[in-house]
Amino acid sequence: MEEYFKVIGNYLMVKLPEEIDHHQANYISRNVDKILMQGKASNVVFDFEDTKFMDSSGIGIIAGRYKKVLCFDGKVYAINVDKYIKRILYMSGLDKMIEILYKEGN
Amino acid sequence: MNRMRMEFRAVSVNESLARMTVAAFMTPLNPTLEEISDVKTAVSEAVTNAVIHGYGEDHESDEMVVMECRIEKDVLHITIMDEGVGIENIDKAMEPLFTTKPEQERSGMGFSFMEAFMDDLHVESEPGKGTKVHMIKKIGLTPWIEKED
Repeated sequence: MEEYFKVIGNYLMVKLPEEIDHHQANYISRNVDKILMQGKASNVVFDFEDTKFMDSSGIGIIAGRYKKVLCFDGKVYAINVDKYIKRILYMSGLDKMIEILYKEGN
Repeated sequence: MNRMRMEFRAVSVNESLARMTVAAFMTPLNPTLEEISDVKTAVSEAVTNAVIHGYGEDHESDEMVVMECRIEKDVLHITIMDEGVGIENIDKAMEPLFTTKPEQERSGMGFSFMEAFMDDLHVESEPGKGTKVHMIKKIGLTPWIEKED
């Protein structure tokens, strides 16, 4: 699944799976942290293009990475966010910590 | 009226099994995509709680989660039960952002999401006696109270 994590410049692009739950969460967080700790990037971009479902485990992934990149003066972005994911991000207050770009029509 | 009951091992891979099953079970009610998304999120939270908090990560292989669903008219009833450690202080557990597992990056939003996405939520639990989560959601656009002629 290495192709889901790609470094472009100072940005780590993370292509998120179709469903993000507790079962997927550890794998994603661990891999992002590994790349951040190697100093390969200081910003994280979560791409929700393929994502149709996310529960509160996704909040943990994003909030946890947000705390990590703060140390490197980095930022967290969420892109291709649809209205269902948007709802989850707003309800948890994450919209105040990260930069969100919406999918067309959402 | 329709009803179902399923029992599955308390492991994280079954979180998606549970929410897929409920999504399929509720289709005769003609739910909107938003309603399906609401119910799936609530079920995912409740089952995740049973797996992580009820039994803990290093649990025995025969520990099971039970999910019962019932449709009455246009109302969906869901009960998710485990026989795990139970909850000492339910009010505290239901507070937004409260979590006993911050090291696992649990956001503490589980019960808040269940409350927000369902119409009613009721939690029964006692230390050592497991936890039962009842959730109710009315599906479809018809009003709660029938119109009088």
